[in-house]
Amino acid sequence: MLFYVFASIAVVASLLVIAQRNPIHSVLLLVASFGALSGLYVLLDAPFVAVIQIIVYAGAIMVLFLFVVMLLNAPVEDTEYDQKVHPLLRQGPTRFGVLLAVALVAELFWALTKGGGESGAFAGGAVSSVRTIGRSLFTNYSFAFEVTSILILVAMVGAVVLARQER
Amino acid sequence: MTPTLSDYLMLSGVLFAIGAAGVFMRRNLITILLSIEIMLNAVNLTFVAFGRALGSADGQIIVFFVMTVAAAEAAVGLAIVIALYRHRESLNPDSFTVLKW
Repeated sequence: MLFYVFASIAVVASLLVIAQRNPIHSVLLLVASFGALSGLYVLLDAPFVAVIQIIVYAGAIMVLFLFVVMLLNAPVEDTEYDQKVHPLLRQGPTRFGVLLAVALVAELFWALTKGGGESGAFAGGAVSSVRTIGRSLFTNYSFAFEVTSILILVAMVGAVVLARQER
Repeated sequence: MTPTLSDYLMLSGVLFAIGAAGVFMRRNLITILLSIEIMLNAVNLTFVAFGRALGSADGQIIVFFVMTVAAAEAAVGLAIVIALYRHRESLNPDSFTVLKW
């Protein structure tokens, strides 16, 4: 039951994210969507992922987005046509986007219903304690974990270089 | 009734479709980056659901890496957005066409 509550919150909030004119509203709605997804992770016996979803995604990445939106202080729409017509109802490539999304959902639905009855309820017994994840992260995945730190460092340097004022 | 694996996969597919539609339909760089985040989260949900179904913690570890990549992508992407906005005073991707010729 709780699954459907969280799932509908996530879907509705995500739909509203791409339907908003004001980017600040989009960011705040995406935070709501991430909260619902975090609830779904709890239902999937993944408390570690649920917590870092809130801390890293909602707490860090979305705040970064909010900073940039407020820093730029850009006008919500550029042209008069954009002001009149809702962003999802414009001419041109938007039609293609709708088509693609509908095709993707239809295909997925077809594949999942066609696949047969093996997708039953989940097996009992949660395995994913934080201890298991941490042990695996620092043994089997230690190389990837260290490479991740280099990735973060490179991204940090790149962001500073890109956003710097040139004089 | 309890949700099954295909329920989670279905939800993940719907979220991914919303994100893909957002990338194609919206002409605002910030919203496009947010749509990419929606797609990354849909994939994360798939990883966690499969990890739960297979009884393995590997799905959650991959989600950890995906989140790291998402953070790096958001930082670099937003830096590019700031640089582009300084050049053109616009967030519409249609106004950045210099690389076309």
